[in-house]
Amino acid sequence: MDFIAILSIFVLACFVGYYVVWSVTPALHTPLMAVTNAISSVIVVGALVAAASAGVSSWLGLAALCLASVNIFGGFAVTARMLAMYKRKDR
Amino acid sequence: MMEHAALPDWALLAYLASGILFILALRGLSSPATSRSGNRYGIAGMAIAMLTTMVTLAPIPPGHWWPRPDGDDLATLARIVLAIGIGAVVGLVIARRIAMTAMPQLVAAFHSLVGLAAVLVGWAAYLSPESFHILGPDGFIAPVSRIELGLGIAIGAITFSGSVIAFAKLNGNMGGAPILLPGRHVINLGVLVLILALVAWFTQDQGMWVIAAVTVLAFLIGFLLIIPIGGADMPVVVSMLNSYSGWAAAAMGFTLHNTAMIITGALVGSSGAILSYIMCRAMNRSFLSVIAGGFGAETSAVAGEKVDRPWKRGSAEDAAFLLGEAEQVIIIPGYGMAVAQAQHVVREMADLLKAKGVRVRYAIHPVAGRMPGHMNVLLAEANVPYDEVFELEDINADFAQADVAFVIGANDVVNPAAKTDKGSPIYGMPVFDVDKARTIMFIKRSMGGVGYAGVDNDVFYMDQTMMLLADAKKIVEDIVKALQH
Repeated sequence: MDFIAILSIFVLACFVGYYVVWSVTPALHTPLMAVTNAISSVIVVGALVAAASAGVSSWLGLAALCLASVNIFGGFAVTARMLAMYKRKDR
Repeated sequence: MMEHAALPDWALLAYLASGILFILALRGLSSPATSRSGNRYGIAGMAIAMLTTMVTLAPIPPGHWWPRPDGDDLATLARIVLAIGIGAVVGLVIARRIAMTAMPQLVAAFHSLVGLAAVLVGWAAYLSPESFHILGPDGFIAPVSRIELGLGIAIGAITFSGSVIAFAKLNGNMGGAPILLPGRHVINLGVLVLILALVAWFTQDQGMWVIAAVTVLAFLIGFLLIIPIGGADMPVVVSMLNSYSGWAAAAMGFTLHNTAMIITGALVGSSGAILSYIMCRAMNRSFLSVIAGGFGAETSAVAGEKVDRPWKRGSAEDAAFLLGEAEQVIIIPGYGMAVAQAQHVVREMADLLKAKGVRVRYAIHPVAGRMPGHMNVLLAEANVPYDEVFELEDINADFAQADVAFVIGANDVVNPAAKTDKGSPIYGMPVFDVDKARTIMFIKRSMGGVGYAGVDNDVFYMDQTMMLLADAKKIVEDIVKALQH
């Protein structure tokens, strides 16, 4: 993919993000931050590539992998824990 | 070749699917009912992105879909699984143990991890450009990739050091008061310009000193940017760092030509930016004035003109009687309620009132709590049904019909000075019209303390106001006891 194609995806995704995030109910803004934090750990893709390279890079990659994994597992788990608490009136 | 080498089409489509699942994850948060399935979409998206990357790490022979891993590849995979396992255990333990009042610190700490991971990945890409397929035809890193790398490392480093400071302030390891260095605006601007200049220079000079200087300066600026910002503005800072962590992921996505990373980065970047905007609007502050910092440093100046005015003190029994006779009660909780751990007993009080036929609702200001939506989570944890909880604009017109406005742990968000007094530091901030309610019950530790903004509140001295001076949890417990008799 050339740079312009990637840039196009990026700009369109920014617009999608804008509209999707405005539709999030304010009551769920804390879970929103927790889950965006978890998904921004998709940087793990770069960490995996680095971990599979040679020399110093592989160690940097493994360290990044470990950090990102804390975030991925911790982020989704804490989001799930919060969302489980939101209940309707029982009647 | 600048083209990304040899990822099979199915892998590219898998990354696209992962990006779409992340969009659906955020879309699910439009209502609590769909939010749990949204979170599962997010988990699925992350699993797809990780598995796709792991499967395609070993070279794929031409004409084949799958790699043919050798012994070395499997050893690498074992190290990878180990690293993920360690992170997973740490993450899951933290997620299970963390108190809901500590969510802002936790989110700040998690942001710092994303930031640091971005810096590490950026350095790895610089050191092993061939693994990241970013070598130009001349055998050097392609110029576009150098800019992406430089920016990715810079944003990641700012996210890291900024989040560490935000964590320390929120967690109480560091005082919440702003720390103001002389000439800080000039220093900050200078460092930012220097970072951008170095990133530009990086396209000419591939030397390690350039990227090292960018890293060090970005760590420094993250630190400098956050220390002058006071505790009250932390919700904006946490949202802003959320946004940065997204932009860092997007920059790395550009380097790797990875659709999932670019889509996610854009989503998270926009999300944090919108939340920062919402927080600023709720405080009637401009984003720039928050970032410039210093708010809360000059509050003592206002306190001098305070005059003694008559006010009425109430007891738990008085309050219980009036609440029991009311038709409509609106509870306005602030962070003070959470500090006193009073949310559970407040819900108990509400249950007793509902049993007597009183309509009880909760009114939440956007800046109640230490991060966007924090108070909603705290109430949800105390088993308050979410359909009894209302946002400022949805409930503000109803105070005129309310018999009791029950203010607990909040202060600035009910201060009418925000509407009338042009000289007030909180002028223009949207506030609850509690003064329209028939009776106002104001729970406060003492008459001395004032809110974050350090301004006196006319509501204390109004005819229909009953001051309940005590620890929030204690007095609500007493009200509950009185209601039970």
